[in-house]
Amino acid sequence: MSAAPLITFEHVTKRYGAVTAVDDVSLEIGAGEFFALLGPSGCGKTTLMRLIAGFETPDAGRILIDGRDMADMPPHARPVNMMFQSYALFPHMDVARNIGFGLAQAGQPKAAIAARVAELLRLVQLEGLGARKPDQLSGGQRQRVALARALARKPRLVLLDEPLAALDRKLREETQFELMRLQRELGTAFMLVTHDQDEAMVMAHRIAVMRAGRIEQLGAPRAIYEVPASRFVAGFIGEVNLFEGVVARVEDGLAFVRLNGLNALVCAAVEGAVGASVTLAVRPERMLLELVRDEGLPGVVLDSAYRGDTQVARVRLANGSLVRIARFGAALMPERGAAVRVSFAPDAARVLPA
Amino acid sequence: MKQSSFVRSAALLFGFAFLYAPIALLVIYSFNASRLVTVWGGFSTRWYGSLLENDQLIASAWISLRIALVSALIATIVGTCAAIALARFGRFRGRLAFSSMIYAPLVMPEVITGLSLLLLFVALDIPRGFWTVVVAHATLGMCFVAVVVHARLLTLDRSLEEAAMDLGATPGGALLRVTLPLAAPSILAGYALAFILSIDDVVIASFTSGPGSTTLPMRIYSQVRLGVTPEINAVSTILIGMVALILAVGVLTSLRSDASVRD
Repeated sequence: MSAAPLITFEHVTKRYGAVTAVDDVSLEIGAGEFFALLGPSGCGKTTLMRLIAGFETPDAGRILIDGRDMADMPPHARPVNMMFQSYALFPHMDVARNIGFGLAQAGQPKAAIAARVAELLRLVQLEGLGARKPDQLSGGQRQRVALARALARKPRLVLLDEPLAALDRKLREETQFELMRLQRELGTAFMLVTHDQDEAMVMAHRIAVMRAGRIEQLGAPRAIYEVPASRFVAGFIGEVNLFEGVVARVEDGLAFVRLNGLNALVCAAVEGAVGASVTLAVRPERMLLELVRDEGLPGVVLDSAYRGDTQVARVRLANGSLVRIARFGAALMPERGAAVRVSFAPDAARVLPA
Repeated sequence: MKQSSFVRSAALLFGFAFLYAPIALLVIYSFNASRLVTVWGGFSTRWYGSLLENDQLIASAWISLRIALVSALIATIVGTCAAIALARFGRFRGRLAFSSMIYAPLVMPEVITGLSLLLLFVALDIPRGFWTVVVAHATLGMCFVAVVVHARLLTLDRSLEEAAMDLGATPGGALLRVTLPLAAPSILAGYALAFILSIDDVVIASFTSGPGSTTLPMRIYSQVRLGVTPEINAVSTILIGMVALILAVGVLTSLRSDASVRD
């Protein structure tokens, strides 16, 4: 992140009646950054974005864009543009006038608008469709028009509200890479608002995971996946197995944890005082599964699924808990009902706050 | 099965006959050559010709037309403003009261509306004439306009206006460039409705008009009391044709705009 942040949130709170949609959020977004707000519906991510656009005003705290307080700045005066989830294309205008709307509002001469619109149509690969009306376009094409319209004024920040939600799966993946290319080439900061963790992981430089109006964790996709800060983040981003237990002893930086309901010790490279209750989180692909071995937690394969690139099995342990195990490649998974041993390497486990 | 479909079409036929047979009769008799209204004396357009020489009827028709054009315009402007306020200004104080009050004149007996306006004009010592009828008709028409435009605004995606503001349009600019063009068909329909309400009104006009501002429906009504002449049939036929034309245009434009918005 660059020295001077583009967007700064200082203890911003927004309430709707008794509901606190955004709860004391402080946040910085750098110029040229691809930032994602990720969370389930109702977590406040859309409100946060609308606060930046100026459609909502904070009840407490300050929002700064380029160091300027946005408190009294109406939406039309802010250097940010938004791509709406519904695209919100003006149905009574053709594609060129839709894209040029913001430029016309800025009072630019007709020739300059036409040149910029042509440039944008080329950028989003819609050359020759300038005279079409929005209802004559496919869903993917409308999405591109909405994007071009949001880029037209060369904003400092582009807000993308669930930009891929209306596209089918294949188009969605193509568009993800397309958005990343555009963001890289233009150097404009993008803020993506999504409930789809894949989308955020693939595209964003940094992700803020939101829950109930607060930012639960902020970091690079890798950091959030590998070192989740809470049970919620671990569960929301990808799959995770949780093991609860009490630290029995600590040796050479390794904690030996006695698992609740199991007469077994597991070893994890985590911090923890002897006698403390801990929750260990292990990703399914870091779990090991073997048919015969003395060590490891005994269990029975409940079911397994072949997905082509990965295989997944669920194993029921002696205390009744289920463990998910994912394996890449073609090696055969044990059959349903097979008695197995599951384990994980000490460095695969993370401690989550209870 | 066959029986019930026969009954159904008979019922439909009877219903429509009930609605339209008197009108058809009136239109047919307007082409009657005979001076007697109830006796068919052959086809003729002579009453349309003599209509042109009836200065009183022509003058009243002209007054009615001007009142309808002006009052519908006022009703459309005020009604559209009311619709925008109700649909867009959030939950201001007394919003529910206002939105129910806008519907009240729709169901108010016209006699009461006319009487109350008459009392108002007398109390304010305003001489009754052309403008008092215009104001009275605008009052009635604006409610209908507000209801039609309000319904349309509620179906418009709010994010269209937000997108316009996001792209640098002031709230007023967004209204002018996005909301109003998209609501235009309903505003036009509202105008047509207010126009028709004004041009066929007898009751309110009777209360609020003064000397020299007798509208066409008032003139027809007063002449009928002296006996129906074929001229009245002719002028009524012209009135029916005009209203039907406006209705047809209104329905067609709203159908077309609906189709373009739905896609």
